[in-house]
Amino acid sequence: MMAASSEAIVRVLSAGPGATLQDAGRHGYLRFGVTAAGPMDQLAHATANLAVGNPAGSTALEVSVGGIEVTAESTPLHVAIAGGEFALSLDGRPLPPAVALNLEEDAVLKIRAGRSGSWCYLAVAGRFVVPTVLGSHATHTRTGFGGVDGRAIVAGDRLGLEPSGASAPSPSAIVAPWLDRPLDTLRVVLGPQHDYFADDQIAAFLAGPWSVSAKGDRMACFLEGPRLRHARDYNIVSDGIAMGAIQVPGDGRPIVLMADRQSTGGYPKIATIIGPDLGRLAQARPGVAFSFEAVSIAQAVAARREQAALLARGIVVEPLVRTHLSSEFLLGLNLIDGVVGVDAFG
Amino acid sequence: MTLNTVADPESALVDPRFLDAGEAALVVEFGDTVDPTINDRVLALDAVLRADPPAGTREFVPTYRSLMIHYDPLQIDRDSLVAGVRRAMGAVVEGRGTAATWTLPCCYDPALAEDLDEAAQILGLTRDEAVALHVKAAYRVYMCGFTPGQPYLGGVPEPLKISRRPTPRPPHPAGAVLIGGGLCVVAPFVMPTGWYVIGRTPERLYAAERKVAFLIQAGDILRFDPIDLATFRNLEQRAASGEIVARKRVA
Repeated sequence: MMAASSEAIVRVLSAGPGATLQDAGRHGYLRFGVTAAGPMDQLAHATANLAVGNPAGSTALEVSVGGIEVTAESTPLHVAIAGGEFALSLDGRPLPPAVALNLEEDAVLKIRAGRSGSWCYLAVAGRFVVPTVLGSHATHTRTGFGGVDGRAIVAGDRLGLEPSGASAPSPSAIVAPWLDRPLDTLRVVLGPQHDYFADDQIAAFLAGPWSVSAKGDRMACFLEGPRLRHARDYNIVSDGIAMGAIQVPGDGRPIVLMADRQSTGGYPKIATIIGPDLGRLAQARPGVAFSFEAVSIAQAVAARREQAALLARGIVVEPLVRTHLSSEFLLGLNLIDGVVGVDAFG
Repeated sequence: MTLNTVADPESALVDPRFLDAGEAALVVEFGDTVDPTINDRVLALDAVLRADPPAGTREFVPTYRSLMIHYDPLQIDRDSLVAGVRRAMGAVVEGRGTAATWTLPCCYDPALAEDLDEAAQILGLTRDEAVALHVKAAYRVYMCGFTPGQPYLGGVPEPLKISRRPTPRPPHPAGAVLIGGGLCVVAPFVMPTGWYVIGRTPERLYAAERKVAFLIQAGDILRFDPIDLATFRNLEQRAASGEIVARKRVA
């Protein structure tokens, strides 16, 4: 991807698999079979964007546990990173996992998998200049839609931007306690096909315990736990699929359909994870146990309203102080990288 | 289409099932089978809702047997949405407003119809018999899905109804016409498949740069017009330059 006339450029020095550009998703074309895509963790995506003064649904880089290394070319960039607890560093100096900073020319921002979390978001103040496909920048690699030529980001990519000029004390910690989300229990609304399962199977489904398999991707999270039995035929005539739908194929192993899901499908869906809890599932690492809790539509909507209210208040950033980095975290860095501390950040 | 809201106590139209797919999607289910009457009800409701969408609704996704309504529950609550859907059902009228009939050129030459001989053999037909059966039928587009612009077609003649492969075959090219599971699809994107490739159309059912990005809608009728390999190559070039090479007739 060559950035020709743009004023600012994010240059990708290295990239693990699974880094893509995502906006709020490609909406309005499900009826034609077009996948919405969009962020796996919408709350973290919105947080990173709001922290640099962008609208919540702006295009940002979604980074997987494969990590990424970027620098600014030709002009400094105001950026924010938020999501799972990733290990970030700027020119080798450690940063907290939710941070806003000015990325100077040729400074190296490194994002690597940390203690927990599977996705994080790198937002840049301004607008990425990439082609719009059906009204969206969201990358869907299976159909080659959106982002950079419909593919994942790779080393050498130069992403052009129209910067907005926003800035802040650098670096600053993003005050977003809502991103510190334990996995323990995920809330679901039962259905639309929970009547394909007997009561004892619904109970087994809710109790779990479940964990996610390592083979998950942007399309689906595969659940490991009890095998569920259908009360009747598990082949249903295809119907619509919402994000977070938990389908149970013939082998009884549930699959949660995520951002890159297809618009329709033909297995019974025992329940749907509520919108506000989807990001927590997306961030789950294999092996971490959780269960489900059935809630009413009213409870789900209340949770959604609460989350919307958090973001509506705006994102607070504060100058970075030593306490933003846990001693355990620093010790780990010292042992691994020989980096001493954060006094340089004053 | 036989739709009206009177009299029939058995009619699913009078009382469809409202099922929740989370707090932001509602399924209006008219049945659980592949049936033209059920599909008509889905498409009729879809048409009325799209013409005057209740505030707070986002997308309507018609399938064989149900309509999924994606909505913003902070803008419209479930009860109001259900009430809106019931009102919309009162406005459903007979007739098939926007349905079009498409004639899609299709090349059955073995060079492109990679699995035609295999499928014909399984069905106990000759290649020519299989092609004749496929060309003779008129197909209903029950829904679009799986990949952008891909129609699911019912109306496959009985002798052509074939089960899916036990294991998937390698990816087919764009434009492949496939049969499997008693249905037919036209596949605009390269994908691995458990179905049988029996022909290929030069038409692009999805073309981003074309003014009409998606050609076919749920409810349309499709026919296939057999063409030879030379015609295919010619039409393929014209389609690549943005021309619509299928023929459309609006009812």
